[in-house]
Amino acid sequence: MHEHDVIVVGAGGAGLRAAIAAQEAGADVAIVSKLHPVRSHTGAAEGGINAALRDADSWEDHAYDTMKGSDYLGDAPAVEALCQESPEEVIQLEHWGMPFSREEDGRVSQRPFGGLSFPRTTYAGAETGHQMLHTMYEQVVKRGITVYDEWHVMELAVTDEDDPADRTCHGVVAYDIQSGEISGFRAENGVILATGGMGQVFDHTTNAVANTGDGVAMAYRAGAPMEDMEFIQFHPTTLPSTGVLISEGVRGEGGILYNEEGERFMFEHGYANNDGELASRDVVSRAELTEVNEGRGIEDEYVHLDMRHLGEERILDRLENILHLAEDFEGADGLTEPMPVKPGQHYAMGGIETNEFGETVIGGLYAAGECACASVHGANRLGGNALPELIVFGKRAGRHAAGEEMGEAEVTTGKDGDWEAADYEFETEVGETGGQGPAAADGGAVATDPDGVLEAEVERAEARVEELLSRKGRNHAEIRSTVQQTMTANVNVFREEGRLEKTLDDLREAREAYKDVAVSDPSRTFNTDLIHTMETRNILDIAEALTMGALARKEFRGAHWRKEHQERKDENWLKHTLVSWNDGEPELWYKPTILEGENKTYEPKNRSY
Amino acid sequence: MSTQTPTQTEESSETDAEADVPSKGDERRDEKRRRAAEERARRQAEEAEKAAADEETVELKVFRYDPEVEGKQEPRFDTFHVPFTKGMTVLDALMYSRDTYDSSLTFRHSCRQAVCGSDAMFVNGGQKLACKTQIAELEQPIRVEPLPHAEVRKDLVVDMEHFYDQMEAVEPYFQTNEYPDGELEEQRQTRENREKIKMSTRCIWCSACMSSCNIAAGDNEYLGPAAINKAYRFAMDEREGEDIKQKRLEIIEQEHGVWRCQTQFSCTEVCPKDIPLTEHIQELKREAVKNNLKFW
Ligand SMILES: Cc1cc2nc3c(=O)[nH]c(=O)nc-3n(C[C@H](O)[C@H](O)[C@H](O)COP(=O)(O)OP(=O)(O)OC[C@H]3O[C@@H](n4cnc5c(N)ncnc54)[C@H](O)[C@@H]3O)c2cc1C
Ligand code: SF4
Ligand code: FES
Repeated sequence: MHEHDVIVVGAGGAGLRAAIAAQEAGADVAIVSKLHPVRSHTGAAEGGINAALRDADSWEDHAYDTMKGSDYLGDAPAVEALCQESPEEVIQLEHWGMPFSREEDGRVSQRPFGGLSFPRTTYAGAETGHQMLHTMYEQVVKRGITVYDEWHVMELAVTDEDDPADRTCHGVVAYDIQSGEISGFRAENGVILATGGMGQVFDHTTNAVANTGDGVAMAYRAGAPMEDMEFIQFHPTTLPSTGVLISEGVRGEGGILYNEEGERFMFEHGYANNDGELASRDVVSRAELTEVNEGRGIEDEYVHLDMRHLGEERILDRLENILHLAEDFEGADGLTEPMPVKPGQHYAMGGIETNEFGETVIGGLYAAGECACASVHGANRLGGNALPELIVFGKRAGRHAAGEEMGEAEVTTGKDGDWEAADYEFETEVGETGGQGPAAADGGAVATDPDGVLEAEVERAEARVEELLSRKGRNHAEIRSTVQQTMTANVNVFREEGRLEKTLDDLREAREAYKDVAVSDPSRTFNTDLIHTMETRNILDIAEALTMGALARKEFRGAHWRKEHQERKDENWLKHTLVSWNDGEPELWYKPTILEGENKTYEPKNRSY
Repeated sequence: MSTQTPTQTEESSETDAEADVPSKGDERRDEKRRRAAEERARRQAEEAEKAAADEETVELKVFRYDPEVEGKQEPRFDTFHVPFTKGMTVLDALMYSRDTYDSSLTFRHSCRQAVCGSDAMFVNGGQKLACKTQIAELEQPIRVEPLPHAEVRKDLVVDMEHFYDQMEAVEPYFQTNEYPDGELEEQRQTRENREKIKMSTRCIWCSACMSSCNIAAGDNEYLGPAAINKAYRFAMDEREGEDIKQKRLEIIEQEHGVWRCQTQFSCTEVCPKDIPLTEHIQELKREAVKNNLKFW
């Protein structure tokens, strides 16, 4: 068993920042990550980090843009924290040596991004995430923070009181990918989940193969609800064959979208008469698919993104990375031809429910970064708002977990405060089908002392692995692929009731199939078959909760479009969706959005661009 | 073991794992191994047939090794036939083989877009990122092996610890004694200087360069191109200041530092991020000389 004050699960931007903050606050902190830190998907971020750095800009404007972009489903206290603290965090990165792009006067460059009223997206070429990830890992090396890399965290060690709010988290159980050893990691003060996105729930995604939503699913099974999972951002410019992202920076710099007829459809077909290509991502994604569905797509699949008119010099200076991506992954030369693009899954607005300090409803369990929902993105994330979320909330969670006094939270967690049960009957049975290793909170573990809880969880994990390795059964890959396909086909930018219901049926079948899953590679050495099999379980739990939320939300808000409900309905739906696992019987409930900020209330307005 | 001179057993010779086993778990595992082997043989036969019928398939010969699995302890090559699709990369073909024929086929990968640095391997005799290597540009059958000059863990996975140790040996973090006065003020950096370090900051720690380097193969303590490049990235950053540059030059001038490089350019040739590694090493040598003269 390993022991530390704070255990951070995940070593992307959020995890690294959390670890640095916890250490600065005096804690003995360790990072446990299934990938070596520099392999984390934060490295793929291209466009930039929003921060109100300049005199002509203000955090208030950034907050206003973010609330509007969220379609008024962001919680103002979290949004304001993001916008107030992003500038100092970005400067902190610069002081750690991050190689930002520069202006003539030597100051860091900023560029316009969709949905922003000021060009505040601070960038390092088209490789901002790579530079940010490496800069922070450098600081982790400098500080000598312990990193257990290539350790896959399987479950959390959480006590099993009936009410999740009474439960406490005491560590994690992880599997050493190199050796097959299973070990407990005891956390004296807190566990911070920073496991990133869940793009692998879909089959066309900008996310990495490792982005399987593990943290969200683990926290869910331990009793922390998933929040706003139906809000998935589909990025309008991904390469058709691989899902590789072409940054919004291209449109920020002046790139133009054309349909097959050569029309600049964002304007010519009236999708966004003011902002055109720079309208918010959900608007552009739907516009592209509408073009394709109405027969104006190229090869009935995609549209063109043209940046040739920007000129070679500007492209090389600011978007060089895009040239490489288009060339290597689609065989297109962005200097001489338009690049094919189509929408792809990109970002999960929802995640583990937290307050603005990253605390979940479970004592000692925190979440930060893409796996968390504080909520700053609401129904739609603005480009350039995820990277600041990593550093602002990573730091907050790290400090809090290390025991720093940070005041009262305004955002609530769990059923603390106003909440209402969902009034929705699902036709399909959802939840546990039995046979899979439940979390401690599922009633199996009786221990409530910290070490006992962890030991029981380790034993359970060992039994689970032994079972998967020794029995015969089906391979997970087929099941995963079925889930990804049904999700991409039916829970996409366009959603309709019948198809969402069918998806729940498909997922039910996939769950049944998963009951017989087995790992055919018998090895304890680097058994990726085993790791992927465990991840597929997480994908299943997330896909189901996401689809439940999408079915029940009968309105059109942000990224969530419903065929039968073509309007935003503030009267009934200014509220967050929550799904609680409840020992295998998922429960859907809601809590109100907080629109009251520090000095003002964000009145919902029509979100037009 | 190293893949320098791998013992090559063409095709898989399926070994039935027959050992006196005490526990039930072991028995089941053996049983499974046997079944898996049969299954694999069956699928490969099927595939070979399919391949004969259909020209649009790709033939991969993939290095296999597992220290604990019988039949894989002796390194061998397995053949996979993968239906070709436009734009298919070596990584796509490996993933297809794994998900369709043999779920134990093991390799690191994550981003699929040449940024996480996980999947450097030896493809047709050269260090490549599998996700960035188009099948259409390769001669068939495509030979896929783990990176040479590194300890093989299993199949295409090598031990990266030594590489990480070297990267971390050069104080790979920004250092300065001077920050601007204003709390929210950034350090200034000229565009020219940012441009100068730009290429060096693109390293994704894939270790292709290290694997290609003859010097590194012979001198285990040699820092290697990637680590020296990391030092370059900071030494040339005008934000760090002269005294720190001094310290950095001392680090890279040590016995196993820049002077080991014999400018063979192999690192520069294989770097998937097009970093001019040899040039950077040469430039550091010149800086070091200049610097030493200064103190004489
Ligand atoms: C292509 C792309 C471009 C983007 N561009 C931008 C941009 O320009 N601006 C912006 O603001 N946002 C951007 N985003 C969004 C942003 O990059 C991500 O939301 C963010 O980087 C996620 O960071 P993270 O730290 O939460 O997770 P990640 O960086 O994904 O890290 C997750 C970590 O968790 C670990 N982990 C996961 N599961 C386990 C487990 N079971 N056990 C142990 N460890 C585990 C992984 O090893 C990894 O270290 C982009 C996203 C993508 C995909
Ligand atoms: S310098 Fe190039 S080849 Fe070497 S590790 Fe870095 S990216 Fe890979
Ligand atoms: S998979 Fe990330 S570099 Fe190839």
